[in-house]
Amino acid sequence: MTKEAKIALYTKMARIRHFEQRCIRIYQQGKIGGFLHLYVGQEAVAAGTISLLGKNDHLITGYRDHGHGLMVGMGMNECMAELTGKVTGCSQGKGGSMHYFAPDKNYWGGHGIVGGQAPLGTGLAYAVKYQGLKGSCLTFMGDGAVNQGAVHEAYNLASLWDLPVIFVVENNGYSMGTSQERSTAHPGCLAKRAEGYNMAWDVINGHDVYEVRAKTALALKRAHEESKPTVLEIFTYRYFGHSMADPDKTYREKEEIKTYRDKKDPVLLFEQELLREKVLTPELSQTINDAAMAEADKAAIFADESPDPTLADITKHIYWEEDNRGPKTTSRGTIIFE
Amino acid sequence: MAVISYREALRAAMRDELNRDKNVVIMGEEVAQFNGAYKVTEGLLKEFGPKRIVDTPISEAGFIGLGIGASMLGIRPVMELMFWSFSYVAFDQIVNNAGNIRYMSGGLINCPIVIRGPANGGTNVGATHSHTPEAILASHPGIKVVCPATPYDAKGLLKAAIRDNDPVYVMENTILYNDKGEVPDEDYIVPIGVADVKRVGTDLTIVAHGRAVITSLKAAEILEKDHGVSVEVVDLRSIRPLDEETILKSVRKTHRALLVEENKPFCGVDAQIAYLIQSKAFDELDAPVHRVSSIDAPQIYCKRMEDLQMPSVERVVAEALKVLA
Amino acid sequence: MAEIIDMPKLSDTMSVGTLVKWNIKEGQVVAFGDILAEVETDKATMELSCTVPGTILKIYAAAGAQLPVGAPICAIGKKGETAPEPAAAPAPKAPATAVPAIPEKAEVSCVPAAPASAGSVSPQSDASRTKASPYAKRMAEKAALNVANLPGTGPGGRVVSRDVTAAASATAASAPSGPLNVAVAPPADGKGIQPDGDLPVGGMRQTIARRLLESKITVPHFYLEVEVDAAPLMAMRESLNKRLAEAGGESAIKLSVNDFILKASAEALRRVPAVNASWAGTSIRQHGAVHLSFGVALEDGLVTPVIRDAHAKTLKDIAVEAKLLIGKARSKKLTPAEMSGSTFTVTNLGMFGVTGFFGIINVPNAAILSVGATIKKPVVDAHDRLVVGHRMVIGLSGDHRVVDGANAAQFLQALKQLLEEPALMLI
Repeated sequence: MTKEAKIALYTKMARIRHFEQRCIRIYQQGKIGGFLHLYVGQEAVAAGTISLLGKNDHLITGYRDHGHGLMVGMGMNECMAELTGKVTGCSQGKGGSMHYFAPDKNYWGGHGIVGGQAPLGTGLAYAVKYQGLKGSCLTFMGDGAVNQGAVHEAYNLASLWDLPVIFVVENNGYSMGTSQERSTAHPGCLAKRAEGYNMAWDVINGHDVYEVRAKTALALKRAHEESKPTVLEIFTYRYFGHSMADPDKTYREKEEIKTYRDKKDPVLLFEQELLREKVLTPELSQTINDAAMAEADKAAIFADESPDPTLADITKHIYWEEDNRGPKTTSRGTIIFE
Repeated sequence: MAVISYREALRAAMRDELNRDKNVVIMGEEVAQFNGAYKVTEGLLKEFGPKRIVDTPISEAGFIGLGIGASMLGIRPVMELMFWSFSYVAFDQIVNNAGNIRYMSGGLINCPIVIRGPANGGTNVGATHSHTPEAILASHPGIKVVCPATPYDAKGLLKAAIRDNDPVYVMENTILYNDKGEVPDEDYIVPIGVADVKRVGTDLTIVAHGRAVITSLKAAEILEKDHGVSVEVVDLRSIRPLDEETILKSVRKTHRALLVEENKPFCGVDAQIAYLIQSKAFDELDAPVHRVSSIDAPQIYCKRMEDLQMPSVERVVAEALKVLA
Repeated sequence: MAEIIDMPKLSDTMSVGTLVKWNIKEGQVVAFGDILAEVETDKATMELSCTVPGTILKIYAAAGAQLPVGAPICAIGKKGETAPEPAAAPAPKAPATAVPAIPEKAEVSCVPAAPASAGSVSPQSDASRTKASPYAKRMAEKAALNVANLPGTGPGGRVVSRDVTAAASATAASAPSGPLNVAVAPPADGKGIQPDGDLPVGGMRQTIARRLLESKITVPHFYLEVEVDAAPLMAMRESLNKRLAEAGGESAIKLSVNDFILKASAEALRRVPAVNASWAGTSIRQHGAVHLSFGVALEDGLVTPVIRDAHAKTLKDIAVEAKLLIGKARSKKLTPAEMSGSTFTVTNLGMFGVTGFFGIINVPNAAILSVGATIKKPVVDAHDRLVVGHRMVIGLSGDHRVVDGANAAQFLQALKQLLEEPALMLI
């Protein structure tokens, strides 16, 4: 990576951190309803993997999706506005926190049902291969998703049909309030299950963005050149609860969180590394962080001042054929009922 | 015009669209090498090869989710469910993903998928293989559901479904697969959302979909011959979107309505039709709207009893006479 | 710039929180993630962590305080900055009650009709409903037939379309032609002042017709009239309405002339209670309470809602209740109880400019008051000068079995006095 690329990567990680933290205040002000699943502590996973993607590489993830969205280049304004349900949000207020999409940036969401995105990601990889392109689909999920049936079906199809899908298991140790030990029969390593499906696999330390990049690059190579899938298990951690409504005292100790913050914070560690490499200076780092915080603050104001969708908007964007009625449209009849 | 079977009509539709659009892929269990569990896709593998006709493992959530994901990038998968009863295994993908992705992205994405397969009882296969989920699926905005009753409608609707840029679920019927009818060779579609008056009449409107249309047509013959009643039979063809106008026009003419469905009564398709008629044609009604559904129990195994559980010609005739009383 | 930290929403269902204890004090420097305080919610005690790094400028809420979500609890900013004045805690959201729009009508116009005797069946609800299909009802209406009179051959005796068809062809065969008109040559262009034909008479009008006839035939009516100087009444009305508007704003009640007349009638009856009675055949029934009925004209007829115990209600009470009842009448929501049991009736055609009239008694009342329009006319004042007067003619029809001329006259005298010196209604 060039010096500029490293600074850019650090900036992106800092932006994720500050965006997520700004969301907490908005949630506490009661402006975000429903769920808010924060990515704080996991930044290096999204940053490391997504920074490698090319034109024909796609990605899809579960509901802890803000980091991925910001990494592909979604704006803080549209992301913040979506959280508060405003029409200026990236899904026009129709999706919410769990459903950020940016198809023009190869980002296919943002999904709420645990593991439900695994077959979708496999399908995106299938399409890339069908179209004769050298590409892949990074299909992110959490450690809780690996026990869902749909994920196993996706593993089997990916391996059976040699699809260029990279299943990225972001193992932060807990699926909601259930630790990995309490939820998965096979102890220790989730990625090893890939062997049961005849797939390649690897484990990565998710707090080291260089390691994330290095090992993901290998999986991408396998996808592009051999059209074969990989399961990557990336060990990471989240500082906040499963969602904002999670008091998180019932399943982990404060010391555990503190240890990570002090010793394994990916943003902190990358900053320290770049300072060592003399790519960053303390002043530059401060500037980057201040700018990120300011950008998040401005996004919060943008979200506040934006309007809600209207009553008429409720029944839009349900059907492509209805949104695009024209001389070629052949379907008729009542499609939205009273 | 050629007279072909419903099964052949479906095959012809797929063949036409496979030729027309290189993104169309047929996918499902036993569709390729086995030539289809019900032989609907017979011969297609030989004609189009394994890239276009794909055998899947038994993995409905997996391959249907895969099809949906692929459709977001422009593939147009036509996925066969051996029975629509198996759809429940993939319910999350079918309803939550296919039906909602467009909406949750604020209109940025669409999923041009087709899921097709038999949705019927009456084949002596028991409760878990005899479901008719058209009403459940149609209750989700974002999804389209069609039910062809004749070979002509089967070919036309399947072609329309494949060309449609939204998820369209096609409810076929194993018993109807053998029915023969006139089907044009040339390219045509049956537009989604348009019902068809299969029999013109003046004294009673019967509204039905799927195989219940065939049953109702037989009942109409008996009502005319033995009871001197002129029955109009409206074939919905499309559940969502729904052709409300054709239904109402018929009721305004005859003033009496009988709804016939193979669904079970609670919130079957006819529950919605009954609401529609009483809401928008109240003053036209000379009698309450009546309905013949399957008897409300899981599908029984004993064949003779299953035939009685389904809406039989006798039950339809009897109920029609009650409406006309 | 300083930031105000509010009581946070820490759970879906939280609406108030108790600030159990502060972990920081004013002047302290705090970083992101530091625990500021412990807050007790409806579910648990949670830690409030800092989301705005800086210096605690001011603490607004004391330890132990219970505050609604959104209330300011502290301010964080740069050291030395002045703490901002907290805006008042957000007022609890007033429930969005839509004030029902009670139709405003200055005068109540009506013709006396449906009586409100206790126990009578309301003209609006039929005792027995005829079962007929919607289509048959429509056909019957068009054929000017009453479904209630047709035999029903449908299930359960339901009248269905074939029954109406049969009846229509039978009537066509037997009935002589058309309405009872003298044979007048129709105008050359064939157009009359309205369509020729029979207007079917609904249940309500049938009842009204029956009762009116009964009253006219069985009750010996006599008639008295008095002219009232309406100027003092107008002045008082204007003044009271102004005061009510000042106090109540947009939703303030507006007193109508009729409201005053209703109140004055109740007071006049207090002074001449003989008029608040009913003929009971072998006795005269005196009524201790004044239940006033007044007419509300509807499209298909007249209804007379009743204000019970008007003698014990203030002018404002009467006005409010009158408006409520008018609204209910118009939306066909009056209950039988609200339309029966009156002891005296007031009718008013003043809004149509009728200067004076006499109503038909609403049996079993003993009298009915009829109010005309207030018009300007030349009058002779107390000093024998010709001046412009505002005069209202009020008529009284009395049941001579119950009241005689003298009582009736005394009643009108009392009423006139009350209307011309409205302050008398206070004593």
